[in-house]
Amino acid sequence: MQLRFVLPLFLLWSVCQAAPDGEALYEQHCAACHGSEGLGGVGVPLALPAFQQSVDDDFLHKTIRLGRPGRVMPGFRFLKDQEIDAIVQHLRGFVPGKRAAFSRQPVKGNAAHGKALYAKYCAACHGAKGEGGKGTGVTFSRPRDLPIIAPAINNSGFLASAGDAMIKEALMQGREGTPMISFLKQGMTEQDINDVVAYVRSFEKQPPDEKPIEFEKEPLTLVYDSPHSFEQTVEKVKQAAVGMNFRIIRVQTLEDGLQAKGEENSKQVIVYFCNFQLLNQALAVDPRVGLFLPCRVTVVERAGKVQLYAINPKRLSVLFNNNELNKLCTGMYDTYVTILEEASL
Amino acid sequence: MSKPDKIYRSMMARLLLCLGLVLPGLAHADLMMMIRSHQTFPEAMALLQEAIKETGYTVSRVQRVDIGLTKSGYKTDKYRVVFFGKPAEIRDLTARYPELQAFLPLKISIFAEGNDTIIVTANPQHLKRAGDAKLQKVINRWEKDISRILTKMRKAD
Repeated sequence: MQLRFVLPLFLLWSVCQAAPDGEALYEQHCAACHGSEGLGGVGVPLALPAFQQSVDDDFLHKTIRLGRPGRVMPGFRFLKDQEIDAIVQHLRGFVPGKRAAFSRQPVKGNAAHGKALYAKYCAACHGAKGEGGKGTGVTFSRPRDLPIIAPAINNSGFLASAGDAMIKEALMQGREGTPMISFLKQGMTEQDINDVVAYVRSFEKQPPDEKPIEFEKEPLTLVYDSPHSFEQTVEKVKQAAVGMNFRIIRVQTLEDGLQAKGEENSKQVIVYFCNFQLLNQALAVDPRVGLFLPCRVTVVERAGKVQLYAINPKRLSVLFNNNELNKLCTGMYDTYVTILEEASL
Repeated sequence: MSKPDKIYRSMMARLLLCLGLVLPGLAHADLMMMIRSHQTFPEAMALLQEAIKETGYTVSRVQRVDIGLTKSGYKTDKYRVVFFGKPAEIRDLTARYPELQAFLPLKISIFAEGNDTIIVTANPQHLKRAGDAKLQKVINRWEKDISRILTKMRKAD
């Protein structure tokens, strides 16, 4: 009889004690972006031997925990340490072999001298202020033959994850198979490299260039009242969108495809429009932008009142953790406001 | 059945239910819901629409984003947006929560990445409104349903 009550407790205990399954966790949280084999995609490739050999487990662990704010990679703060360790062990399996281990001691150098060297040798790829290369992993954003994007070395997630010794090693040895070359071979001395490391570390003290969009302060939807009739408003939306260099791709009821023909609410219409150049640009910045697609304004008449509804791109952009996309979304917000204002004028 | 038996069965059923909910891929409160399917794009596309229907939704339309881009001279892999919803629910919700009209029908993006396919959508939790328990219930169900759709696709690999 007592065994019956012990059994469920044992089951629960055994589940709690089971070691986390790194492969399953990787597949669940990482594979969508980095690929099941670590070959990259929306995210950077992880199966690159030169990358794996030049980073330590601590760097990988902290990267998973903290992510890269504003650079697509989210921070997995809800995962337990053992789960992150299991993911690290799994992704280490992509490139078996010797693993790097780095001291956490700070490297001493002259940051002012490092700044001049950085401007000369590093800024072309990593950006003048360490902001990194543009785009996400390997999809849409750049040709697939480029193995890795120049990381944003001014990113708080990077700086918290990478120790000075690790950064120094990357500068000394380079990363084979990537555009990152050995700066020792380029003529820098070890002291020069220490100075560059000191300058990179100084990014921690510099305030970020852009103020992040405050999700909670942005309204979910942009809503405008129209003084015109429903039909006139639909036409005015179309004209305003065309006036902003968009192509009207479809006008349909919101219930199209959901209700039988004739039973749809004819006073609830979506005007879909697109600027393919802008779309192509947005996909290069982040291939997940389907969330915004196609651009649309919904025109509704209820109780004699005509209103226009559109998404607020600024609020949605926060979901992507992509500063570059934020800039596009801020521009898109202005475009939506112009269209809505013109249509309701 | 004796009373202890009933208690035991009820306890076991609850425990197994809890384990069942917790073990397979614990859905976390992420802002984006995204998976990689090892199916080719056409297979994944068919699976996605099937999974949406099996979960009780109607696919209202598929937007062929790649076609428009290609016609305009831009290079792109396959990229579609699948719109879906429950007809009665959408009618009811757009009447009660007009601001949701900008987000309905629901949508999932699907695009090719080499031999794999990426399926991604925003977690409906981004639509939540503080203090609105009725809407929260709907949003929670959408989140679970989308999670179910994505799980079905992952299991098909």
